[in-house]
Amino acid sequence: MNEFLDPVALARWQFGLTTLYHFIFVPLTIGMALLVAILQTAWVRTGKEKYLRLTKLFGKVFLINFAMGVVTGIVQEFQFGMNWSNYSRFVGDIFGAPLAMEGLIAFFFEATFIGLWIFGWDKLPKKIHLMTIWFTWIGTVLSAYFILAANAFMQNPEGFVLNEERGRAELESISDVLLNPVALTQFPHTIFASLMFAGVVLVSVAAWHLKRNQFVDEMRTTLRFGAWTNIISFIGVGLSGHSLGLVMTETQPMKMAAAEAMYNTASGRDASFSLFSLGTPDGAHEIFSVRIPYLASFLATNSLDGTVEGINDLQAEYTQMYCGGADSLLTCPTDGSFVPIVWVTYWAFRWMIGLGAIAALVSVVGLWLTRKGNIELPKWTWTVAIWTAPLPMLASLVGWVFTEMGRQPWIVFGVMTTEQGISPGVPGWAVLVSLAAFTIVYGALAVVEFGLIVKAVKAGTPEIARVGGGDGTDGSGEVDQNQLATVY
Amino acid sequence: MELTTVWFLIVGVMLIGYFVLDGFDFGVGMSLPFLGKTNTDRRVLINTIGPVWDLNETWLIVAGASLFAAFPEWYATMFSGFYLALLLILIALILRGVSFEFRHQRKGVKWTRWFDQFIFWGSVLPPLLWGVAFANLVQGLPIRAVEGGGWLYEGTLLTLLNPYGLLGGIVVMLLCFTHGLVFVALKTVGEMRDNARKMAKNVGLVTIVLAAAFLVWTIVMNLSNPNIGLIITCAAIAAVALIGGWVANLAGREGWAFAGNTVTIAFALLTIFSALFPNLMISTFGGENTMSVVGAASSQKTLELMTWVAVFTLPLVLAYQAWTYWVFRKRLTHDMIPAETPAEATV
Repeated sequence: MNEFLDPVALARWQFGLTTLYHFIFVPLTIGMALLVAILQTAWVRTGKEKYLRLTKLFGKVFLINFAMGVVTGIVQEFQFGMNWSNYSRFVGDIFGAPLAMEGLIAFFFEATFIGLWIFGWDKLPKKIHLMTIWFTWIGTVLSAYFILAANAFMQNPEGFVLNEERGRAELESISDVLLNPVALTQFPHTIFASLMFAGVVLVSVAAWHLKRNQFVDEMRTTLRFGAWTNIISFIGVGLSGHSLGLVMTETQPMKMAAAEAMYNTASGRDASFSLFSLGTPDGAHEIFSVRIPYLASFLATNSLDGTVEGINDLQAEYTQMYCGGADSLLTCPTDGSFVPIVWVTYWAFRWMIGLGAIAALVSVVGLWLTRKGNIELPKWTWTVAIWTAPLPMLASLVGWVFTEMGRQPWIVFGVMTTEQGISPGVPGWAVLVSLAAFTIVYGALAVVEFGLIVKAVKAGTPEIARVGGGDGTDGSGEVDQNQLATVY
Repeated sequence: MELTTVWFLIVGVMLIGYFVLDGFDFGVGMSLPFLGKTNTDRRVLINTIGPVWDLNETWLIVAGASLFAAFPEWYATMFSGFYLALLLILIALILRGVSFEFRHQRKGVKWTRWFDQFIFWGSVLPPLLWGVAFANLVQGLPIRAVEGGGWLYEGTLLTLLNPYGLLGGIVVMLLCFTHGLVFVALKTVGEMRDNARKMAKNVGLVTIVLAAAFLVWTIVMNLSNPNIGLIITCAAIAAVALIGGWVANLAGREGWAFAGNTVTIAFALLTIFSALFPNLMISTFGGENTMSVVGAASSQKTLELMTWVAVFTLPLVLAYQAWTYWVFRKRLTHDMIPAETPAEATV
């Protein structure tokens, strides 16, 4: 019974659940804001109505999604204080700064301009209105940067000093916090991944309509726009992912070892990357695997004959470093293990790469098949394209599972363990109640949200009302802005 | 002035921003079952706050993050201490926020009725619970200083639900309700405007009585507080503005009424802040357990950095948010709401 009410486990489940849920909406918001801004720019520059109709359609998807992103974001901020108050008081001086900067510089900006964009169609001049969606996008990107900088402090704490007297970490250099190498590499990786997600949503929506031969001209544009976005972003994800891997090996070698399930230190040919592996349930012994020699060495060190440290050696090293000295109280985990759950990190790492690659591959094939205006394709190809939509999302989610699981047992790497970060005064049952409440509410909202997005997407692009009876085919009728206003 | 004091004031300004701005959209949400007879009425009501409720709510998020950065001890102790109250607030804010967006996405009486309920309860609960929490901060809480740093809240949710705390909650909720009703009168025309004004008159009267009781109670409780002069001054300004706003509403001057309510909310919070300073959380266990502004603050370096950020961004934020209000300054009419299908026109 007690195990069910362990506040550390429950708080971790809650953090994992609420963060992953939040992270369904955030990447789509970041990616979709840019694509909508580009579509609207295309409309303003060319005057072609199809771009306006597409702006409207994907703007709607974006908004349904944005509402969810905001409300689930408040939970993120509050739960640091609610469930992790020891962590909050220990690092607030340094971790709070990027969070507050996010709020003051980015979030205010984004939330204000999105309101102007939604309701400003008939109230602002065309170009000013276009500016509001670009500002919204800039806000989302800045927001992402500050949050990633905060997260980078947990992965690779820099720019702080320990104040023994106050018993906390204090800020020493804000530039070290904001220019943390983990943040600098994680940022492009996350932004490109977000763009992939949005790109594939476009591909999927277009495929759904093209399969039914409706909205053909608009949807062909959408398909190719989405596919190109996806492919270019995939290249960006790959390159930034590789540099992130190098930084990770440097700062958290245990995470890299766990990603490869490598128990023993190896180098060169022996530091192989296993595409697939079957092992004993604890992951310590391998039964069967398919391996690519040298690849792990390349991923970790950028050279074919580099050395990748194994889990066993790192465990021994960390035990000596953190569990023997005078300040062992602060840093040694109670069970003495510095190894994250290996099968989770191992598979999350592979699924992240694999799912993203499949989505990109579908886009490449799709671009090739639809070249020169061809959309006469067998139905099943469209079905495949429709179902690529969730792939980059799942890739992002398992990517975060990998990042955060791989950090365990630390809440701040090398400084504070996760179990030390808990709120001392909050009983397990209270955490259980809130975990249950969030699970129920989030679950119900997921169903509603998904249903609404599907409904909006299936309805296709909206009719654009006109003043003076323009027939809508030659673009001569003036678009009636009053009818366009989004109204609840 | 000490930077810790500066940040106490900045956080205060943000909280005032939050309660003044989100305050009126909570009030509009509360008015939904009373002023929204038909679905079109309710859509007009929701659209009065449509473009701004989201940016109003950002003040909470930014105030929370600033609290985290400037007073981590306060943030950690209060947020873990008020656990269940905050959980309720979060659930209420989630359901309310998505309801604005989801409500209109599908036609059907049942569908919209669900989201109307969420908007109503999501607008009642947060100001009520915030009021309870803030009143309890003034009254004092069972918090204990922990050896080696930090504070621990030793009460429960029931500890907070004492007479003074509950009165504080009801007063904050009613202030928001009045504020919202006046806002509806300010933003609409015709029958809706008249109804809102009439309701603001009645609700305003109850608010005046209870707010006066709360302010007097606060003063009596703080007679030995060194800031008593400031407390009385702020409370007096709040009371005068509330009555002034009520009279302006009677006279049909909604702009002045709204300004009066704004001043009331600001000075009611200032009364609370004056009663607290130089502390953040007063312990019922006695002096050495009380959390002071200085004791809860971040390092000088963090405060300096955050001050620069705030000095550069806050004026900009105020400017572009003011511009938003300017863009959407026109009154709403029923004609601006697109026609509905007959099935949903009646309740």
